[in-house]
Amino acid sequence: MTGLVDINNMKKTYVMGSNMVRALDGVDLNIKHGEYISIVGPSGSGKSTLMNMIGCLDAPDSGSYMLDGVDVSDMNDKELAEIRSEKIGFVFQGFNLLPRLTALENVELPLIYRGYSHKKRREMALEALDRVGLGDRVHHKPTELSGGQMQRVAVARALAGNPPVLLADEPTGNLDTNTGKEILAMLEKIHDQGNTIILITHDKELAGQAKRRIEIRDGRIIHDEEVRK
Amino acid sequence: MNFLQSLKMAVTSIYSNKGRSFLTMLGVIIGVAAVIAATGFALGSTSSITDSIESLGANKLSVNILDRNSNRDIDYEDFKAFTDENADLISMMAPTVNGTSTVKYQTTISEAVNVIGTSPDYAEINDMHVQDGRYILELDMEYRQKIAVIGTAVANEFFGRTDPIGETIKLDGTPFTIVGVLEQKDGGQDGGEDDVIIIPVTTAQRVYKSATIRTFTVLVSESENVAKTQALIEDFLFETYLSEDAYRVFNSAQILDTLEDITGTMALILGGIAVISLLVGGIGIMNIMLVSVTERTREIGIRKAIGARKSSILSQFMIEALVITGLGGLIGIVIGVGAIFLVISNFVPPVIDPMWMVLSFGFSLLIGLLFGIFPAYKAANLNPIEALRYE
Repeated sequence: MTGLVDINNMKKTYVMGSNMVRALDGVDLNIKHGEYISIVGPSGSGKSTLMNMIGCLDAPDSGSYMLDGVDVSDMNDKELAEIRSEKIGFVFQGFNLLPRLTALENVELPLIYRGYSHKKRREMALEALDRVGLGDRVHHKPTELSGGQMQRVAVARALAGNPPVLLADEPTGNLDTNTGKEILAMLEKIHDQGNTIILITHDKELAGQAKRRIEIRDGRIIHDEEVRK
Repeated sequence: MNFLQSLKMAVTSIYSNKGRSFLTMLGVIIGVAAVIAATGFALGSTSSITDSIESLGANKLSVNILDRNSNRDIDYEDFKAFTDENADLISMMAPTVNGTSTVKYQTTISEAVNVIGTSPDYAEINDMHVQDGRYILELDMEYRQKIAVIGTAVANEFFGRTDPIGETIKLDGTPFTIVGVLEQKDGGQDGGEDDVIIIPVTTAQRVYKSATIRTFTVLVSESENVAKTQALIEDFLFETYLSEDAYRVFNSAQILDTLEDITGTMALILGGIAVISLLVGGIGIMNIMLVSVTERTREIGIRKAIGARKSSILSQFMIEALVITGLGGLIGIVIGVGAIFLVISNFVPPVIDPMWMVLSFGFSLLIGLLFGIFPAYKAANLNPIEALRYE
């Protein structure tokens, strides 16, 4: 397996009023294809910033970042948008589905931005919805779905274009315990099918679901360990 | 992402906000409808005036006497002497004195009937021939005969099926003998061209006590002599009045020129009003779009996170603005055309100029482009991280 995420000495500083906040203070991180990894840390630890960096939503002040063999640390807005479209699938805590669109249309959305044809989009979106077990609800709007189902649609949207990285940011945060477990089981299954999953959470127990756990505090990685079950 | 996709997204977004989208469009709808209706009215009235001027013919000169204080007058006889002198240039001449009279025949009384005092040539110049009896003759002029030629509307009103010729009617109490009935011109309606009584101008001057004839119509025999004849008449009038301000001589070409100037000015004013109303509509659109961008900050964040480029967001919002203004423009055109046929056609003939439709539609799109670009630019440049955090 070749390296998928290769981060070297990444630094990022934010200005909050008169304070300088060192969100990332020299992070080194390597993630291989097919890994299931969790990034855990309390709020303010820098994990959200790290997620934004991995997800190509933001650019670091210094350090290098190779994603799937491409150097993304110096890319402009347009190139980053293309990289996000090709390489990243996001799953958010708040589902972040577009309320006016049906489940199918939501899942098709990233494929529209890739410029795929209508037919190809439909096929890929239906397949992704099938994978998350929502093949029978494709024409429902988010308001007609339960929280667990909405999160499944969000996972399907992240999976639809087969991006190499699946970034899940507190995917169970808005769900009850049982539904949360269902979603985690589904992520496990998706990982078993070969997808790389990066789980961002503040919950250490949840982080234990992954195969490798990274703990971050004050902008630095303080633990990086295999999880033994 | 292709154009069709953006269009579909824009339509979906407009449709899911029907009420607001309609209110946003309203400015453009009203602006465009106003332009179409107003230009329709302007073109309609211009065409009806142009038609009536063109029906006068190119060889016709119209002489108006403006001087009111002068004790110098030009009578029918004076003008007749002048035209006879220039018979090689002038083929016909008719003075007109207009008046209204209360007409009485036996027990039938009709008020405010249009009476025209004129000369024999009037029939030829205005294409008003008699169907029965005779027209005014030169002899009637000379002797100030109290004879009358009546239109079909007058004939029907007073005489029904009986023959009016030889009967005597009273105009404001003065008895006139009917010598002829005119051919029907516009359906014999009350108040139309057929509701008219024609008497010799010399008699009219006496009956109406208006000594001065204010209007003469002159027919020039060859059209290339129109300008020459016009100058000749002006010279003749100047000799009498000794002032260029006392009279005006027009030919139909001049009147048409003046009319075109007026139409041009009217179009400019209408265009100005249209621009202003559409600009106001455009500001409304910008306002709503800015609100919409703020409301949809999170949506924009999501779209960016899953791979939308700046250009995709920009085009989505631009197309939304263009669809709103384009749709508003189309609805405005439909309403404007409807107004022309349903309302304006009651006053002037309905005229639809496709140029104004294209122009106002194009201008509403331009407004969409101008006022959509700022909100769309704002949306496209949102930071995805902050946009995703927006509640």
